Amino acid sequence: MAGLFGDDAGGVSNAAANKAFKQNLNKIYKWYVGGFIAFVAVLAVLEQMGLSREWIGYIFLLATIGLYAGIGFMSRTSDAAEYYVAGRRVPAVYNGMATGADWMSAASFIGMAGTLYLTGYGGLAFIMGWTGGYCLVALFLAPYLRKFGQFTIPDFLGERYGGNTARFIGIFAAILCSFTYVVAQIYGVGLITSRLTGVAFELGIFLGLGGILVCSFLGGMRAVTWTQVAQYIVLIVAYMIPVVWLSVKQTSVPIPQAIYGFQLQKVTEAEKKLTSDPKELEVREVFKQRSAALAEKLKDPAAALAKDKADAEKKIADLKAASAPAAEIAAAEKALAGLPKDAADAKKRWTAAKASADTKARPLNGMPPHAQQFAGDPNGDAKAKEAYDTSRRNFLALIFCLMVGTAALPHILMRYYTVPSVREARESVTWSLFFIFLLYFTAPALAVLVKYEVFTAMVGLPFDKLPAWVAAWAKVDPTLLSVTDVNKDGFFQLNEMSIGGDIIVLATPEIGGLPYVISGLVAAGGLAAALSTADGLLLTIANALSHDLYYKMIDPNASTARRVAISKTLLLVVALAAAYVAAQKPADILFLVSAAFSFAAAAFFPALTLGIFWKRATGIGASLGMVAGLGVTFYYMVMNQPWLRGVFGVTSPVDLWWGIQPISAGLFGVPVGFAVIILVSLVTPAPNKKIQELVEHVRYPNLVAR
Amino acid sequence: MQLTESHRQYWRKNLNITSVLLAIWFVVTFVVSYFARDLSFNFFGWPFSFWMGAQGSLVIYCVIIWFYARYMGKLDIEHGVAESED
Repeated sequence: MAGLFGDDAGGVSNAAANKAFKQNLNKIYKWYVGGFIAFVAVLAVLEQMGLSREWIGYIFLLATIGLYAGIGFMSRTSDAAEYYVAGRRVPAVYNGMATGADWMSAASFIGMAGTLYLTGYGGLAFIMGWTGGYCLVALFLAPYLRKFGQFTIPDFLGERYGGNTARFIGIFAAILCSFTYVVAQIYGVGLITSRLTGVAFELGIFLGLGGILVCSFLGGMRAVTWTQVAQYIVLIVAYMIPVVWLSVKQTSVPIPQAIYGFQLQKVTEAEKKLTSDPKELEVREVFKQRSAALAEKLKDPAAALAKDKADAEKKIADLKAASAPAAEIAAAEKALAGLPKDAADAKKRWTAAKASADTKARPLNGMPPHAQQFAGDPNGDAKAKEAYDTSRRNFLALIFCLMVGTAALPHILMRYYTVPSVREARESVTWSLFFIFLLYFTAPALAVLVKYEVFTAMVGLPFDKLPAWVAAWAKVDPTLLSVTDVNKDGFFQLNEMSIGGDIIVLATPEIGGLPYVISGLVAAGGLAAALSTADGLLLTIANALSHDLYYKMIDPNASTARRVAISKTLLLVVALAAAYVAAQKPADILFLVSAAFSFAAAAFFPALTLGIFWKRATGIGASLGMVAGLGVTFYYMVMNQPWLRGVFGVTSPVDLWWGIQPISAGLFGVPVGFAVIILVSLVTPAPNKKIQELVEHVRYPNLVAR
Repeated sequence: MQLTESHRQYWRKNLNITSVLLAIWFVVTFVVSYFARDLSFNFFGWPFSFWMGAQGSLVIYCVIIWFYARYMGKLDIEHGVAESED
């Protein structure tokens, strides 16, 4: 059965064999799609016959992971070219699908629509940034890297810039960005597994880890490629069904992407009404008072805490004296136990509570109007103008960092080594973007449809008439969704709901009134997105260590079998390390993911593009440029990002350059990287003839004298 | 090996098409976003700049990459640097 996804003796790479291989793949995946649809249909029937939700969750989890494991097992290999680059004969379309799954992480699948729901136009920076980056991949990198035709990205740096310095910096940077990224994926896997089946988060992590390892451990890139194709199909089907359904329900048109503009208009009208609605104003006033009370307490946290404690103790004593019901006394005792431990803790908790009350005192629950471009007002007073300019600058800076970062993430670039030719590499980028486009085109539509549902169908309902999914999700996790009747009028107001972005995608099937089997499908889709990305990242890290560090730098005489064996061992070690870090639930995981883009952008993009387009770029220049780019990016983040400031004990005041947020630190790192490479290259001796010839070699798909 | 005149032309044409497509990419992404507030006329229900950010730019990115692949495929054959199909 191993022959299904290519044989180990895959040295023969000619057009006829490739064509036959592709036809075989078409057949396999057609069967796969049919089987998958049948599987979902059977589950739907079973649900009608009374299969419990818990069992549907278990079956989805086991069936999909079992399927990926099966593909991984059938693709097992110990051949180096198969293990590192899937034998270099993945057809462009399939590589496109695999890249799509590799690319779309849990953040894209689950987080994206939520971010758009919460931030409106501002969230489009992610949509544009994470797609437009592929233009840079196509124009500057993919075809040339394919022509170069080695195994990893540090490989290119090592060969092009001669010597191990550039290669080593490349290894370091590749591990830095991939590891932060993979921790976030495994965290996502744990979250979804525990939701789907109700097991503990830590157990969920290790269950998911098993799923990741069976895919990549035995077959390396070959196994990862073919599971990623399977995962792409699951995730795109899972994303589309609920959105289309919701669209039919609201507008009776099954193409949400084409008509949500009109829903957006209605949302904008509803926003205008809600901003001045007297009931909403009432709720906001309550939050304003809460914020003021907290501000008062924060003036002297120690005294305020002592007073709170005394009050709580007095209440218990009073209740006991009046021999109140036991439940009331227990509640009062619980309130006392829930008070902050000391003044420092009180300060921290009250500051957070005040920030959240401040947000909820603003119109529309603190969300900007959905269609409004940027904050502030260019025609307003000086402050509004300043807010407008800063907001616009940050929007553009974030797009820049995400785009350049996309074009520099090693696990994506590596995928273009696996296609048979330069021509297919170019076509493959087109397919990649097309498959990614399908999801990114839909996410903004989903955000608007859900907003329409909440703003027009839910606001104003009596609390006991709210749809069932609200209570169900509030029970699962109150940080994702909670509603309280703040002004005690018995009716639901927008500002009475606290909502976490992640819920938008997960709850859509229930919002649309679909059976539970579709909710299971969506969770399986999110799992596929997280698993596929984690696979690609783990492979990148293990390869950087085994191929670049061990084989190229430590023991160049190592046999193929030994290299592959070492790579497999390292994969296991890295996976366990990442799972360990993820189980600690590190703070600010979203920030870490975005930081990975800035790091990749600053470290790789200048060195890779100049290496191809400028023969004069020298090894010393590239090494210094990579270090400088990474250094500036890292410095800016450490100095200005609250969590990193805490980690590194920075106490100097936050000093933003032109008001740019630390998430976009790559905006400074990338130009610095370019400048240093160019300046240093000009004062160091030009690269030797062999390297110049290498550059010419990568520029032409087939360089022969005529 | 020594590059022929045809090779040099190939590379020049490649650089030209790359810069043209990059310019389009830049305008679609950064110029349109910069003037987003001014470009908010109604476009099938969306404010135009919102539509560009959510759909228009994505379509154009796809077209850019598709066109580049097609153009370069032809250029490879024209200048005799296409990979042999053996």
